[in-house]
Amino acid sequence: MTDTEQYKVHREPYYQAQGREVQLYEAAYRNRLPVMVKGPTGCGKSRFVEYMAWKLGKPLVTVACNEDMTASDLVGRYLLESGGTRWLDGPLTTAARIGAICYLDEIVEARQDTTVVIHPLTDHRRTLPLDKKGELIHAHPDFQLVISYNPGYQSLMKDLKQSTKQRFTAFDFDYPAVELETTILAQETGLDATTAGKLVKIGGVARGLKGHGLDEGISTRLLVYAATLIKDGVAPREACYMALVRPITDDADIRETLDHAIDATFV
Amino acid sequence: MSTTDTDTEYQHPLMAAYWTQLNSGFPSVRAVFEDAMAEALAALTREGLSAYLDAAHFLGRMGRGDEPILAFLEVWPSVARVLGEDALPPVMQAIHAMHRSPNGKAIAPFIQTLAPVARRLHALEPLERYLDIALDLMVRTTGSIHGHHTTFPSPGLPAFFEQAPFLFTQLSMEGVRNWVEYGIRNYRIHPQRQEEYFALKSADSRAVLQRERHGVLFADVERRLDLYLRGLWQDAEQLVPYSTAFDTLRKPIPYYDRLGMRVPDVFDSRDGVKGIDRYRAVLAHMVGHRRWSTPIIADNYSPLQRLGVEFFEDCRIDTLLCREYPGLRDVFLRLHPHPGEADCDPDTTSCLRHRLTMLSRALLDDAHGYANPHILEFARRFREIMAHGASNTREIADLALSFSARTRLQSDQFARVHFDDTVIDYRDDNRHLWQYIEDSDDEDFFDDPDKQQKKESEVQSLPPRHYPEWDYSSQTYRPDWVSLYEHLHPSGNPADIDRLLDKHTALAKRLKRMLDLLKPQDKVRIRYQEEGSELDLDVAVRSLIDFMSGATPDPRINMSHRTSGRNIAVSLLLDLSESLNENVAGADQTVFELSQEAVSLLAWAIEHLGDPFAIGGFHSNTRHDVRYLHIKGYRESWGDTVKARLAAMQAGWSTRMGAALRHAAHYLDGQKADKKLLLVLTDGRPADVDVGDERLLIEDARRAVRELGQQGIFTFCINLDPKADDYVADIFGRQYTVVDNVQRLPEKLPALFMALTK
Ligand SMILES: Nc1ncnc2c1ncn2[C@@H]1O[C@H](COP(=O)(O)OP(=O)(O)O)[C@@H](O)[C@H]1O
Ligand SMILES: [Mg+2]
Repeated sequence: MTDTEQYKVHREPYYQAQGREVQLYEAAYRNRLPVMVKGPTGCGKSRFVEYMAWKLGKPLVTVACNEDMTASDLVGRYLLESGGTRWLDGPLTTAARIGAICYLDEIVEARQDTTVVIHPLTDHRRTLPLDKKGELIHAHPDFQLVISYNPGYQSLMKDLKQSTKQRFTAFDFDYPAVELETTILAQETGLDATTAGKLVKIGGVARGLKGHGLDEGISTRLLVYAATLIKDGVAPREACYMALVRPITDDADIRETLDHAIDATFV
Repeated sequence: MSTTDTDTEYQHPLMAAYWTQLNSGFPSVRAVFEDAMAEALAALTREGLSAYLDAAHFLGRMGRGDEPILAFLEVWPSVARVLGEDALPPVMQAIHAMHRSPNGKAIAPFIQTLAPVARRLHALEPLERYLDIALDLMVRTTGSIHGHHTTFPSPGLPAFFEQAPFLFTQLSMEGVRNWVEYGIRNYRIHPQRQEEYFALKSADSRAVLQRERHGVLFADVERRLDLYLRGLWQDAEQLVPYSTAFDTLRKPIPYYDRLGMRVPDVFDSRDGVKGIDRYRAVLAHMVGHRRWSTPIIADNYSPLQRLGVEFFEDCRIDTLLCREYPGLRDVFLRLHPHPGEADCDPDTTSCLRHRLTMLSRALLDDAHGYANPHILEFARRFREIMAHGASNTREIADLALSFSARTRLQSDQFARVHFDDTVIDYRDDNRHLWQYIEDSDDEDFFDDPDKQQKKESEVQSLPPRHYPEWDYSSQTYRPDWVSLYEHLHPSGNPADIDRLLDKHTALAKRLKRMLDLLKPQDKVRIRYQEEGSELDLDVAVRSLIDFMSGATPDPRINMSHRTSGRNIAVSLLLDLSESLNENVAGADQTVFELSQEAVSLLAWAIEHLGDPFAIGGFHSNTRHDVRYLHIKGYRESWGDTVKARLAAMQAGWSTRMGAALRHAAHYLDGQKADKKLLLVLTDGRPADVDVGDERLLIEDARRAVRELGQQGIFTFCINLDPKADDYVADIFGRQYTVVDNVQRLPEKLPALFMALTK
């Protein structure tokens, strides 16, 4: 028997709601509706799901999707052993058995033939066929499927199949509004609100350059990194160059402009 | 060879007519004529073309061989693209001047270097300055030897033309002028050394170049300044440089108007502020006005009162700017003069500017150190007002007026004005601050003369299709609201499109290399499969070893093959509304012509990949008449029929985007493909003459994009409007890109398509 405890979120994660998403998620969960969380990288999607798992008191199984992933990596496979073979459940199967929230992070990264295995779990059937094993799993009543994806990739190929999209309720996340993001930085790192506000302002500068040489702005996650460094005693300007500018661009003009914004903000 | 027997060789009557107009007997000209005309036809208007041929004709008949005419035929179209056709008269005047003097030898180098110089100078006004410098050099170095009637040509002029492209990458206009001036003054009577100087061969020539090489040139930091505006101030505006070399009496001051923000072509560092930061200070100040200033009626104030209002308002703006970015304060204070309190004598001189400059300093700088009680009082009152928030132009103007009343002196009216240390050069001229009642408001109300012509004859077409439109205010669809007529696009000459493609052969070659990478390979091997068509030996052996050694083997020991099909259908939807006829800033091509080139290249590229694709155009004249012009269907191939339609493309009327999106989607929906892509090329917001509320059509288009998404169609917008950020995201979400530099559209569009489908 799988140890359910290891998947439990024991300590309350800090999560700052941006709107009514917590209540709405609860409603979706009450009805076991699959949920899709859309939004740019580092805007709080994973944190939200983690928080909801804690709030609902359910185990959370997270899978970071990638290109090489196959259906077996989700469902499970036979392993060869000296005495014969042994079946090993994949994370999706585990979640369906123990009644966990299964979170497939960055689902578009997985190949499309991989993602179709989730389809029978997302409609009224709530089943998962293990073809190789000849078993049909009926999902535990607590089981729920959640996926995240970033629609910001400007590629047709990184768009979800319509037949997949149509199976989920969805939340549209974006970087939090100025005050909220400031609160998040302060809460998350203990940084004072004034400095946090300045970091958020620099985030806004980069987000304004999206589409003019930047594919994505500075994420909340990177702002948290900068705040953490400052809190640790790193000079604000240096923390910003390191955590906010260098990771996102090699374009000299953009880099110089962001550096300038930092210098003009932290005097 | 006589000109008559060459005439007969041109089959096309138009080409023959051009050849006759050029009327040149040089075989070498003959050899390049067709290429030159291809280029010229693409770049020039009809009048421009005629002027081009006349000018070339003249150059061929000067009696200076074929060099001038050859050079001119080759470079002019690209020069005209950058500077506009208006540049021809001054250029020809300069040539005439050289021709009439003994300086005919300088003509060829002048023309040969014109294209790179034009690219660097970017606008007509600086080019005229350049010609002034050159002619001044010519006049002052063309000599007559005393007692003789013969004159000898300027030794330095041809060398100067040869160096000009390099000089302008190093120096501002003023720098070039100073460098030339030095050469004239020192080597006017030494032909040999003069020539060496202007050829940049002598040591002092290079030393003077170094000395003049200072500051940051606008052309070198333009993109950074664009990013600065956009990133730090969420503002997007055309930046236009002016040269400071010629108005010595009073230097021009930055300003902005409907055509853009005007800034000097070079900034030196000064008082510890780098050139680029001086540009930024200027831009920030202008942005501040655009954000926080509101025009007030000028007629109620005397000129001296207005000056006071401007100083106070400028300080309010600077104060607000520093709240946004505290780092600006240091820059402003370094650039702001700090005149001594006793510098001006009010008995003999008007001290108004001096007084206001001190006040301005005091409003921004706590450590101003002035003792004048009025200044102290008003600095305090200003700070009190600003402590409550942003204040406004009105309130600040009242404060300024009471300062003026309190400090007025008889001598303020004196003709002698104390100017020293009173120019605050990061501030603009404040022309936007004043509204003059006498001569306003007529231009906003004139009637659009084109509107009359919009009732043109009906063209043969299919019966209308009706589409709904989304009314966001009531959150409902208006059923069958829009009537859309589909027409077959009229045809032109397919060769025009081939010529456009020829023009981009280099680009096409580059694209082809990228396309080949995208092209489906017949078979793709997929490794690491548990089940597959073949055993993957490498992996199998590795697994076996794992197994034998007691470790868990990887069961994915098979591989399979997949024919990787690109299964994509593409629809390209072109906005053919009136605004496309506008010229691209800084170029002589219209947005429309550039779109035509870009679309041709894209079509060529997609054809190469083999994806099924269609092209349609649209424009509208009220909801009763949305026109959808069929240019290419999915089953038509990219051949002369389609090219002919593209060649005849014309722009007019308005942009009712929603209906066009729905109609294009209707066809795309019928395609059997895994992925469906609808590309929209537009230059502005949706609008139509019968819709007053500008949100309405934006909301409708946004709705349409959502509907399409539900049908599994990925919509992507390529927007050519630099200010599109306001609305394009509302419609297309994240699925858009703004092409700031329209001149690069022909290379951008195919590249974008490839990135989208990679
Ligand atoms: N609403 C929020 N409340 C609390 N922290 C947040 C919030 N949004 C973002 N964060 C911070 O940003 C970081 C990145 O968020 P994450 O959820 O990992 O992003 P995503 O999954 O969208 O890529 C988190 O670790 C957290 O520090
Ligand atoms: Mg995440």
